[in-house]
Amino acid sequence: MPVTVKTFATAAEAATALSADRAARYLGGGTLVMRALNEGDISISTVVRATDRALNRIDVSSARVVIGAGVTFARILAERELAFLHAPARAIGGPAVRNMGTVGGNLFAQNPFGDFTVALLALDAIVSVQGGLGARDIPIEEFLQSRDRQSGALVLAISCQRPSSADAFRYRKVARIRPKGGSVITLAANLAASSGRITGARIALGSMGPAPMRARAAERALEGRALDAASIAAAAAVAAEGASPSDTAIASAWYRREVIGVHLRRLLSGQE
Amino acid sequence: MAKTPLQFRHNGRDVALFVDGGTNLLVVLREMIGDMTPKFGCGQGGCGACTVLIDGEAHLSCLTLAETVGGRHIETLDGIKDGPNLHPLQRAFAEHFAAQCGYCTPGMLMAAKALLDRNPQPSRDEVVEAISGNICRCTGYEPIINAVLAAATGLRARA
Repeated sequence: MPVTVKTFATAAEAATALSADRAARYLGGGTLVMRALNEGDISISTVVRATDRALNRIDVSSARVVIGAGVTFARILAERELAFLHAPARAIGGPAVRNMGTVGGNLFAQNPFGDFTVALLALDAIVSVQGGLGARDIPIEEFLQSRDRQSGALVLAISCQRPSSADAFRYRKVARIRPKGGSVITLAANLAASSGRITGARIALGSMGPAPMRARAAERALEGRALDAASIAAAAAVAAEGASPSDTAIASAWYRREVIGVHLRRLLSGQE
Repeated sequence: MAKTPLQFRHNGRDVALFVDGGTNLLVVLREMIGDMTPKFGCGQGGCGACTVLIDGEAHLSCLTLAETVGGRHIETLDGIKDGPNLHPLQRAFAEHFAAQCGYCTPGMLMAAKALLDRNPQPSRDEVVEAISGNICRCTGYEPIINAVLAAATGLRARA
């Protein structure tokens, strides 16, 4: 069924159009919205686009990097300053999907997708959105908890601090099919350390709930401790706390709960 | 509903037509232009059978909103041969039995061409990565990987 396509020169105009129409969806790279249209999703009657170059900017000049919502994963991989995000970007699809899919769109990708967002959650990213009432910055955790209600707002950019060291940030997507397959579990950890003790531990999990979530109990198990066998075992033991995974064709909820601790232990101890 | 005018280059030839809102590029190529080389597999971005090059980059035509390609150059399998001569990748696929049922082949060839155009000396791992978004249910991938590596060697020998 044909839909109305509205293309705007500025993100602000697109945001206004989006917030005014409940049946409008924003089209970024197309990997989510075109898929829905191909499947005959009749809840979408209008597709909103913006050609605003501001949506495609990458700013790595300060400690806090800013990535426009329209930046593709291929561009992340081409940016040397964003090396800490290369593993999460490479976890997305094949090359064609990475040439299309965007950082902003990934925030809305449902399981078993959305693997890049797991990394952003561990990095305490901030999501800049433009809604009918103006622009605002939302912590990514809050954004994800309410993302089903965010479809009327346009994501402009995300920003995050660089990890304190290359070793502090770790990422792993567990899939059954190599090199590419849907996520059984996706894990990201950001472990800043001060005098050998972890401060502000962040562990984010994908495919362990309706949206990427923090493993708070595991974070508490690491906080203030050295990253050693005892603290890693303590974190792994409580990795599934608060999680509500689903049974899917890729893995059952039971299996995900059973193996999350194993994968978290491997991630934290640096094992392949 | 009003149709939208659309112009782009298709395998070096200018094309102008009108499209319905929401039409994907694969439908434009197959049903409006008659280029049947890109295939419809899943319509979800999972199989890669519809892979085409847009300004030299691999894209999934089924997930590309047609009106976003205005003014751009779309290259499909139909455009890679040189007159009656097959492209070296096509020849290598034939010689290495890299096509069985053939349905994935156009997408595989375009994904491989996107790789070789940028990286004429890929490693085996780079070939695997380049076709990682393309599903083949017949060959087990090994003949395809070998064909792409052989084509790369052949292209270097010719250059």
